[in-house]
Order: sequence, then C-alpha cells, then structure tokens
Amino acid sequence: MKLHQALVLLAFAAVLTMAAMQLPARGDAASPANRVFNTRGEPVAGAHYISHAEKDAATPNMVTVILADYRSFDTLGETLVVFAGGIACLFILRRLKP
Amino acid sequence: MIEHARPFDLAADRCGPSSSPIIRIASRGLAPLIQIIGLYVFFHGHYSPGGGFQGGVLLAASIILLRMGLGFANTQTVMPSGWTVPLGAVGGLIYIGTGFFAVLCGGNFLDYGVFPMPWLDPPHLHSYGILFIEVGVTLTVMSTLVAIFDHLLDG
Repeated sequence: MKLHQALVLLAFAAVLTMAAMQLPARGDAASPANRVFNTRGEPVAGAHYISHAEKDAATPNMVTVILADYRSFDTLGETLVVFAGGIACLFILRRLKP
Repeated sequence: MIEHARPFDLAADRCGPSSSPIIRIASRGLAPLIQIIGLYVFFHGHYSPGGGFQGGVLLAASIILLRMGLGFANTQTVMPSGWTVPLGAVGGLIYIGTGFFAVLCGGNFLDYGVFPMPWLDPPHLHSYGILFIEVGVTLTVMSTLVAIFDHLLDG
C-alpha cells in the first residue's frame, strides 16, 4: 500500500514537473495569455483591460478596476454570498429553548 | 412549544474578561492598530493590493480580538451584537443601491459613469463608484464575521 502511494505521488510529481517546464516565460508576448488578438483574430479582453483600466477609472490598481468596475456584478454576487453564508451560520447556531 | 431564547445571554457568561492583565492590555493596545491598518487597506485598495474584503476582515479581527480579551459584555459598545446582521444587510443595500442609482440616472446597472456630478469627469466618477461599493463590501464582510463569532459564543 505504501509503495503504491509513493508511486502515485511520484507519477503526479513527474506530470507536474513536465507541465511546469512547458509553461511560457513570464512576459512572453507570444504566449496565449498575453496576446492582443486570439487565433481567430478577435480582440482579447485581458489586453483591453490592461491598456484601458487606468484611463477608464483613474485608478492605478488594475485588479481593483477589474474587480469593482468591469466585473462589479460578479463582486455583488460575492458580497451577497458572504452575507448569505453568515445568515446560514446564524440559523444553524441559533439557540432554541426546548 | 419551541420558543426563541433571549439573544446573547449565554455568550456573556461564556466569554468574560481575560484573567491575565497582559492579554487585556495587549488586546486594547493592538485593536486600534489593527483597525487603522484595516482602514488603510480598505482606502488604499485603489493604489495597492487590498480593498473591501481584506479591510473588512481586518476590522472584524480587531473587534473579535477585543471580544476575546475584554469579554463579551464589555465590548458591546464597540460593536453591539444586535447590529451585526442589520449592518451586513445595509452593506449589501449600499452596493445594490449604487447599482440602481446608476440605473435611475440613465445608465446600466453599476455603470458609475452616469452619476449626476458634473464637476467630475467620468474616470473619477468610476473611481468614486468603486469606493462606494467597497464601503458596502467592507460593512458586509466585517459584520458577517462578527455575527458568526457572536453566534458561535451564544449557540
């Protein structure tokens, strides 16, 4: 059993190492994540955000602009999920007199 | 017949002030620092990593530290336990209200550029809109975490 676990772990480590060695270099302009146009010639959202975030919202932090301006409906859902989680905890923990 | 218990009468018995003066004084000294750092993280979210979620968690941590150091009953003036859930709802309503205010002003939901403040250009309107909704996020996260702590004590 121990030998099987060690072999599975080694196999996973080999797969992860091979995948990590294939990653593009940081800042590589030719990698798919950094392209301005995708393979079909359409503009990619990330490049638009990077080039327009500070001009659109006068905010240097690009992550904040994406989180709270371009994708603010998503953040509204996150906030309501936090609140709903709190309400659910409250209903579980609420003490009832028998 | 199931009847609702009086809220938070057990929590005051279970969480009294700490017997160690070191813990009491250290929690009283550390909590304002944590609150200042929380407000800094919240307001500086436009320029550095941070924002509503992280700032709200830091503010909640300071209140929970005070609750554990000084006792449940002594810290009701800092954050009353009955206010936590309404404050969380108010935070969500601030967020949704900002969105519908933009709708009332003729734009899309959460489109801050149409706010009726003609002395500001649209990029700065977006900047202040981000600040408004981060206020709502901070209130919700802070009061939800404190509410969970209070109900864990009382449950």
